[in-house]
Amino acid sequence: MLEDKDRIFTNVYGFQPWNLDAAKQRGDWDNTKDLLSKSQDDIIEEIKASGLRGRGGAGFPTGMKWSFMPKESKDGRPSFLVINADESEPGSCKDREIIRHDPHKLIEGALCAGYAMRARAAYIYIRGEYIREAETLQAAIDEAYEAGLVGKNAAGTGYDFDVFMHRGAGAYICGEETAMIESLEGKKGQPRLKPPFPAGAGLYGCPTTVNNVESIAVVPTILRRGASWFSSFGRENNKGTKLFQISGHVNKPCVVEEAMSITFEELIEKHCGGITGGWDNLLAVIPGGSSVPLVPAEQIRHAHMDFDGLKELGSGLGTAGVIVMDKSTDIVRAISRLSYFYKHESCGQCTPCREGTGWMWRVMKRLETGDAEPEEIDMLFQVTKQVEGHTICALGDAAAWPIQGLLRHFRPELERRIAERRAAMQEAAE
Amino acid sequence: MAAREIAPDTPELRERWGSFAFTAENKAKADKHIAKYPEGRQKSAVMPLLDLAQRQVGADTDTQGWLPLPVMEYVADYLGMPIIRVLEVATFYTMYNLAPVGKFHVQVCGTTPCMLRGSDDIIAACKKRGMKAGHVSDDGLWSFTEVECMGNCATAPMVQINDDNYEDLTAERLDVVLDALAAGETPKAGTQEPGRHTSEPAGGPTSLTEMVTENHDYRGDW
Repeated sequence: MLEDKDRIFTNVYGFQPWNLDAAKQRGDWDNTKDLLSKSQDDIIEEIKASGLRGRGGAGFPTGMKWSFMPKESKDGRPSFLVINADESEPGSCKDREIIRHDPHKLIEGALCAGYAMRARAAYIYIRGEYIREAETLQAAIDEAYEAGLVGKNAAGTGYDFDVFMHRGAGAYICGEETAMIESLEGKKGQPRLKPPFPAGAGLYGCPTTVNNVESIAVVPTILRRGASWFSSFGRENNKGTKLFQISGHVNKPCVVEEAMSITFEELIEKHCGGITGGWDNLLAVIPGGSSVPLVPAEQIRHAHMDFDGLKELGSGLGTAGVIVMDKSTDIVRAISRLSYFYKHESCGQCTPCREGTGWMWRVMKRLETGDAEPEEIDMLFQVTKQVEGHTICALGDAAAWPIQGLLRHFRPELERRIAERRAAMQEAAE
Repeated sequence: MAAREIAPDTPELRERWGSFAFTAENKAKADKHIAKYPEGRQKSAVMPLLDLAQRQVGADTDTQGWLPLPVMEYVADYLGMPIIRVLEVATFYTMYNLAPVGKFHVQVCGTTPCMLRGSDDIIAACKKRGMKAGHVSDDGLWSFTEVECMGNCATAPMVQINDDNYEDLTAERLDVVLDALAAGETPKAGTQEPGRHTSEPAGGPTSLTEMVTENHDYRGDW
């Protein structure tokens, strides 16, 4: 188990104040100038060496992402860092804890990351529903300005860097990086076609990198303790520590920072007080937020909770929002509720997603009660394949995968419901 | 996608809201928001300004607030934007209320993590009190919306009422919160589970236990 001394987010539960004085006592903003005395390229190399992969779901190597940013502006355009705090993936609730309990880790991380990618400013895009969290974050930013840690000559480095907060207003899609940029520009959050990629033309047409809150907030600690410290946790290609968020049918749902590659069983036993009703009562787990396919009980128990371990099971680590379902769960309804979510959150731009998410939800709704023809199961699978990969952004994929996971692992349950309903109808007719 | 329409443009609406303008305090806040964005990019501030406007309407009407068309026109004018661009934003993002709401907007999360922890009971408890979607209760106190994941999954089920979240709910705990609000009190926000602080495992954290009592600096152990 990860030792407390190796945990980055020591105030994750907010037992202690979030403010600058308390954060400094915990080690934040400790000689940040010294961290930034290295060259930009050295910092990027350090982050690459740490093995940090993006914590927002896709798992793209963070250092490499930064290296796509221009080293100098040939045409006078500034570069921007956009921090994705639009945490809206069902099952995910980690960035909220960072923002409301350890906001200075995020702001210091913004400065370090912004310096490394030669950005002029960071915009932190926080989801609109995080109202109190946004108040805390803005107060923390104000504190940092007042203390000279950001702004002109940030933290005494001679480098000018602004940090701004921008609140969303209730649209899941704005967690997609180009939709977020559109939203920051004051428009509907509808994703852009790529290319051009944000590193070439992003916010206001300027080079932009979008990073998740957790990816940014771990950076100062990595720079202080060194890449080799961070990469001493987790399996090859899956390094570091990670905030896991366990919800659903465990005895004690919680958010907890653990080493990557911890097994599912250890995670649940150490921190969550076990599965409700014991391991024999476990039905299935959605291990990475609602967008990844579910994994049945027998496969997940000894699985490594990391990018590769869950990919091997046909699922993914995503945001590490672990949704646990015991045998009392109506598994079809659990997934059809997610289908409703994607239908609700589709931005309406691409036809396969706009029409497909509604279509898939309506079929799922009927499958809940078995009110369907057996052939419709295959038809539903085909439609998920027609949506997947045929839209500008990944929302179409995210809507398709949970259904595909259900069909892959619980097809007999769907068939049983259809047969049962038919039998009942027949009986009623006689 | 969620199809949303604005309230009809009527003479009464114009009469009531036609002269809307930010208060001095909100004007200062609005200008602070606009200053966050580069020169010529002031329309980036349309979202915070719509939020401010909705809150000001709320203060005027003793509700959570909403966005009548003349108010949106004011925001468009303030930012030098065509009204259609503001309408696009206001109808796209679900936190902008396009019709009047009650004093308390009860937003119950019904997405799967909350559903697994009993959000059906929470929704039923709201309905039992006469709340229903798109409807303001006769006493003007309550509006109800089932919303999508609010990011409180480890303390599910939850509701957000105006600016505060109430987590780890049961139907009984929700009743206590709603009764307190109706009585003009300010119930404790956050988890309603006795003894739980935030998102640590109930009964006490399994890690970082020193932090419970003191602002521990772990660097000494590095």
